[in-house]
Order: sequence, then structure tokens, then C-alpha cells
Amino acid sequence: MKKPDYVYVTYIATTAEKLWQALIDTDITRQYWVDPSAGCARVNVSDWKPGSRWEHRRVDETGTVDIVGKVVETTPPRRLVLSWARPSDADNDAKHSRVSFDIEPYAGGLVRLTVTHDDLAGDLQMLEGISGGWPKVLSNLKTLLETGRALPHSPAAN
Amino acid sequence: MDVVDKVFKALADPTRRRLLDQLHRENGQTLTALCEHMDMTRQAVTQHLQLLEDANLVAIVWQGREKLHYLNPVPLHEIYGRWIEKFERSRLGALRDLKKRLEGSDDEKA
Repeated sequence: MKKPDYVYVTYIATTAEKLWQALIDTDITRQYWVDPSAGCARVNVSDWKPGSRWEHRRVDETGTVDIVGKVVETTPPRRLVLSWARPSDADNDAKHSRVSFDIEPYAGGLVRLTVTHDDLAGDLQMLEGISGGWPKVLSNLKTLLETGRALPHSPAAN
Repeated sequence: MDVVDKVFKALADPTRRRLLDQLHRENGQTLTALCEHMDMTRQAVTQHLQLLEDANLVAIVWQGREKLHYLNPVPLHEIYGRWIEKFERSRLGALRDLKKRLEGSDDEKA
């Protein structure tokens, strides 16, 4: 068994059900899934049934699809596994990496979310994008679920 | 101890920062692999790793009997959002206000 490329963990004061919803509901995703390099929100679109296609889409007038893949496993509200590829590699399974979301109840009213990214196979460009992207997305997700705001409150914004 | 306190405490030590740098160079290392680059006992490295783990800066994955250590930068992003981005934004806001004062209103400009 190969070891994962990246493992990200965050503890969020919420419920497993709310966290699950935040992963698949595009109305929630658009509030925290912001890619700084693209400067716009992203959403993940699918019917979330095993074997279905899913798309990582920009929320702007272009609606560009940046990442595609298949839903590998759906076990609400515990585990979601997706394959992950560039749209040009959609039909080439060898070029798909794999992302798992594991949601576990933790002590003190917290839920532990673990995001594991495997099978990147030394794809440097993808490695770079992912290592910059996940921590930001997950810390935004935590802030949104705990405070109802996607970005930290700024006194200057008042 | 507060989560943020734990993160700052974990970072306030050169050995622990070095361990994080090592994981950044190569993610998912065992204790044995990490010890190779550290000039201290295995027990001391274990203690430093435990503090990093408690602060959620290091995530653990068990693969069979191997304990793999992963750099988990998510708490660093929370600190960034709380302590850096916020001040940066005020500074940018101040610059914007200055520009407005010097150049007049930024409304209704072609």
C-alpha cells in the first residue's frame, strides 16, 4: 500500500451532518471554497452517487470546470471518496488521483475532518496547487461553520 | 490550553520548527526517518512530535505498524486569517482611503 501524499486535519465545532452538507451543497461550498489564484469561488457539482461524475466548477460567468472525477464512495455523513483529474484526463484513470473526506465525532462537541490526497504520482503542478489549496479551503470551512462567516471578521470592514 | 496557544507554543521552539521543515521537504515520515536528521535522542524527538501532534500541526496516519507523520498546515492558515490577513486588510483599507483623499472620490470615474 502506498502512503498518502497529503493528510490534512481540522477540528470543527459542528455536527457530522452539517459538515457533510457543507461538502456537497453548492450553496454552502461557494461561501468557503475560494481559490486565491483564480479569485473566485468554486463549487463541486454531482448527484453524489457512487460511480457518478463530479465537477469542480468556477462560480463566475465562465463556469469553467477545473477538476473532474468520479464519486468512488458515499457514506453520509462519514466518508466521501472522489477521484480527481484535469478535465483533459477525465477518461484516463491512470491520471486520476484520489481524495478522501473522513468525518468523525470527536470529544467536546467537535468533529474531526481528515482530508487525504493519494495517488498524485509525482504530478508536480497538481501537488503544488493542492498543497496551497487545501489548508486555505479547510480553514475557511472551519470559520464558516463555527461563525457563519467565510472569512475572518475585519474591523476595517465596518 | 487554548488551541491557538498550543500552536504558538509548538512553534516557539527551533527543534519543532525544524521537524516541520523536514516534513515539508518530505511528507509522511516515520520517527526513525525523522531521527536521522536530528542530533538528539529518539525519546526527545518523540516528545517534540507529541507537542506538534497536540497542536494539530502534525497529523498521523497508521500504515500497518508504521506511524507516518504528516505536516498539517491547517492551523497555520487559521492563525494567518486571524492575525495576519486582518491587519493586512486594514493597511490596504488605509491605503485605499488615502488614495481616495488624494484623488477625490473613486465613484463615477470613466
